[in-house]
Amino acid sequence: MRGLLQRLQRRAEKRLPALTRYRRPEPLPITLHRRRIYIVPSGFGLGFTVLLLLMLVGALNYNNNAALLLTCLLGAASAASMLVAFRNLDGLRLDHLRAGHAIAGEAIELVCSFHSDRPRSAIRLDLDDESTAFAVDGTDAARVSLRLPTRRRGWQPLPRLRLWTSWPLGMFRAWSWLHPAQSVLVWPRPEATGPAPRAMADDARHMQLHRGEELAALRDYRAGDPQRHIAWKPSARHDDLLVKDFEQPRSQPQWSLDWRQLHGLDDEARIARLARWLNEAQAQRCSFSLWLPGNDIGSGSGPQHYVRCMDALAGLP
Amino acid sequence: MIGRKPPKPAQVALTQRAFDLLCLSATFVLAVNASHLPWWLNAALAVILGGRWWQRRRHPGRVPQAIKLPLLTLLTLAIIAYYGNLFGRAPGTALGIGLLVLKLLETETLRDVRVGVGFACFTLMTALLFDQGMVSTLVVALGLVPALATLRALEPAQTPTGMARSFVPALGLLAAALPLALLAFVLVPRLGSPLWGAPGRDQARTGLSDRMSPGAFTELLTDDHPAMRVSFDGPPPPPDQRYFRAFVMARYDGVSWSYDDVAHAAPVPLEVEQSIGYRINLLPTHRRVLPTLDVPIEAPAGAVMHRDRVVVASRPVDDALSYALGSATRYRLEPQLDARPQRWLQLPARFNPRTLALGQSWRERHGSDDNAIVREALALFHDGGFRYTLAPAPLGRDAMDDFLFATREGYCEHYSSAFTVLMRAAGIPARVVTGYQGGYWNKLGNYLLVRNSDAHAWSEVWLAGRGWVRVDPTAAVRPERVSLGAAAAAGDQLDWYRRDWLQQFRNRWDIVNRWWDQGVVAFDALRQRGLLTPFGIRDTDTRTLGVLLAIGSSLFVAIGLAWALRRRQPRDPLREALRALERKLARQRIVRRTGEGPQHYLSRAARALPAQRGQLTELMQQYLELCYASDEPAPESVHAFRRMVRDFRVTNVVK
Repeated sequence: MRGLLQRLQRRAEKRLPALTRYRRPEPLPITLHRRRIYIVPSGFGLGFTVLLLLMLVGALNYNNNAALLLTCLLGAASAASMLVAFRNLDGLRLDHLRAGHAIAGEAIELVCSFHSDRPRSAIRLDLDDESTAFAVDGTDAARVSLRLPTRRRGWQPLPRLRLWTSWPLGMFRAWSWLHPAQSVLVWPRPEATGPAPRAMADDARHMQLHRGEELAALRDYRAGDPQRHIAWKPSARHDDLLVKDFEQPRSQPQWSLDWRQLHGLDDEARIARLARWLNEAQAQRCSFSLWLPGNDIGSGSGPQHYVRCMDALAGLP
Repeated sequence: MIGRKPPKPAQVALTQRAFDLLCLSATFVLAVNASHLPWWLNAALAVILGGRWWQRRRHPGRVPQAIKLPLLTLLTLAIIAYYGNLFGRAPGTALGIGLLVLKLLETETLRDVRVGVGFACFTLMTALLFDQGMVSTLVVALGLVPALATLRALEPAQTPTGMARSFVPALGLLAAALPLALLAFVLVPRLGSPLWGAPGRDQARTGLSDRMSPGAFTELLTDDHPAMRVSFDGPPPPPDQRYFRAFVMARYDGVSWSYDDVAHAAPVPLEVEQSIGYRINLLPTHRRVLPTLDVPIEAPAGAVMHRDRVVVASRPVDDALSYALGSATRYRLEPQLDARPQRWLQLPARFNPRTLALGQSWRERHGSDDNAIVREALALFHDGGFRYTLAPAPLGRDAMDDFLFATREGYCEHYSSAFTVLMRAAGIPARVVTGYQGGYWNKLGNYLLVRNSDAHAWSEVWLAGRGWVRVDPTAAVRPERVSLGAAAAAGDQLDWYRRDWLQQFRNRWDIVNRWWDQGVVAFDALRQRGLLTPFGIRDTDTRTLGVLLAIGSSLFVAIGLAWALRRRQPRDPLREALRALERKLARQRIVRRTGEGPQHYLSRAARALPAQRGQLTELMQQYLELCYASDEPAPESVHAFRRMVRDFRVTNVVK
């Protein structure tokens, strides 16, 4: 049954491009307007219609005008709620969409930023089977986070999102498709186990011993500097206190990760191994450099460097 | 277009607010329906409702089946035991309300709440099947507010508001829906005949009956509902002339008087000396008899006049009925008594021996002077220690003997009955007439309001040369009954709400009810047609009405759409100026792309139009300066920028 429906849907989309005009990828920001908001009665709405018909027949049968008036009032209010549902979506704008970081196989977090110039309630954003409800207060943008499942590394286009609401009475469902022309980068999944990176013993630069006592420079005094580091003699010639700055001892080893040194592996296995090494390096707070075909990332450390390296890995063809 | 199935909302936990609102809706339903449900059902349902609310506040969760199922069975059995069946208006309403309250016991999901709201709306409507007065309609319509607020509270992600504030949007929605509702109300085709059942058969509103036994009116005399409204052509008759006849009762069986329907007999002759024309708006009585002022001259359309000038409609008055006719106020009715005078002298054998003896003694004393006998009887009531009360002592087998010689208290039924028996005992043709007497003259609306409590019984005696003459023995005991009305006669035996000042107010307020009854309750196919005729629509069949309804609805839909589509753009002169510039450039096919910033766009334009590079660069810089340099740009610089845009002319480039 479900398969049949989906086949019908695909066929309809092929035959009637007007239906799917707003389902193609489009650049942000996307503003919802009347030509892309669809409304149908919900299941409850249909049930309520049957109830209204029953009430109508009852009122007419008993020739009871007061009951008829009540039925008409309820019916008109239900019908008016359709316009409210439409208005709840009309003019809503998806400003931008930010993606978090995730490795292949895990869900990536998407943060959608919706903006509106008046308050709106009970708007729901669907991604596959996951639904998130949010409200926009009319002044600040509403940030809605979604979790998009991923399968493989690399650029992954965003799926179609459905924005819908059954506000205010739940009798009508107004919806619109959002298909932002944007892709998210999924990081490679690191291999589970493998050899450690080869020690870079032959690299003279890294073997250099840094004696921590060597004076590097003089700098201004900062609160908290130990008293014995103050360079009293140079300070006498200045207005401010000067402090002897010492070269920090190099406690971290330097890892040089190189695509070329991984022989006998196919590309994906290489990427997985490099990803694992990057993770380990990041975990041990080492500094590391990465060489990839067409991309040579110099030595560095810290989260930003790590993100740059992982992005480079993920972006490999 | 067929979207994926949305995620089931059922898992979403029900908020306390939604449940509270649903309980409030159910309470409202219970309150508006309370008057026509048996008290024990009201009490039981209220206890269940309150108990469930309290229970869910403590520990959210369903009530176990072991409690629910027996309650359901008990409800069904109780209704069957009380009403006899499950179908029909009253038992159906009781069952619906019972189910609504029992539904609350298992309400834990959105779906349950929605079903509950549907039930609540339906049972609100059933309250109107029993009373469609204006106030009750308004109150019931207000009951829709908590129901709609409940549905609204089910939606996720709302800005939190107080309970009272949550009613405002529902009220607003109803107010906005009112015009469309009125249009639909006016144009919905009415049914010619009911689809099922005989509506109103199970309605036990008291009304004038074709039988009368002393003591039977009590219920009627305490029923304060309007019975009819009368407007006269010309001035109204004085209060003591406002006798509305319904039944003329000839047969007395010792217990009660009854009306013999003498069909196919021509009405008795009437000599009219003075007449009056009037129109009566009769509220539903579910009986066929139509009350008329004094003696009607002709029957209105759709009714026939029986022998004793009793007007009977062709079918029971189940809906408000309006009829115009003329009546004689000074007349000679049946100047020659017909061939069977014994009909008016009939008395049951072996009943009321002392009363009969008294009547016969009067005849012996006064000889053939019928007038003297009548005076004797009225003097007896006036001076014999009789008392007017709505709660008389019960009477035994010889009811008239007990009344005349023992209890000596009662109201119109007792007096007219006793008087008629006395007259017949004395050999004067006499009969009991029932109907209404009095009423409240509403000056503002120029109509006479007659309530059920104005029901009255009096006598007529036949006197040679004068025909049937009305004699009201009650007036001999309590003249206020006739001159001031039933409420004045009853004194302080009435409920608190029928005291003087309140009663005055209620009588004046009745003009609104009259407007409601005529404009809304009595709005039928005929009025529908009358309303549409001025617009040139003569043929009001279902199809025409349907088309009109569709046209009218489309009109409202268009208004609604205009509202929904209206977008309030904050006026930003800077943006508008840039738009104007964009339009000018777009004519040169330099169109701003979606997502393209102004700087990028204007530099692109400057590259494309080398002749105006300087001007465009200047414009760009001005714009960026105004837009981003400060939060609020100075109005004069914005004005300067707009002037620059206005003066900007694209000179055609020769490529």
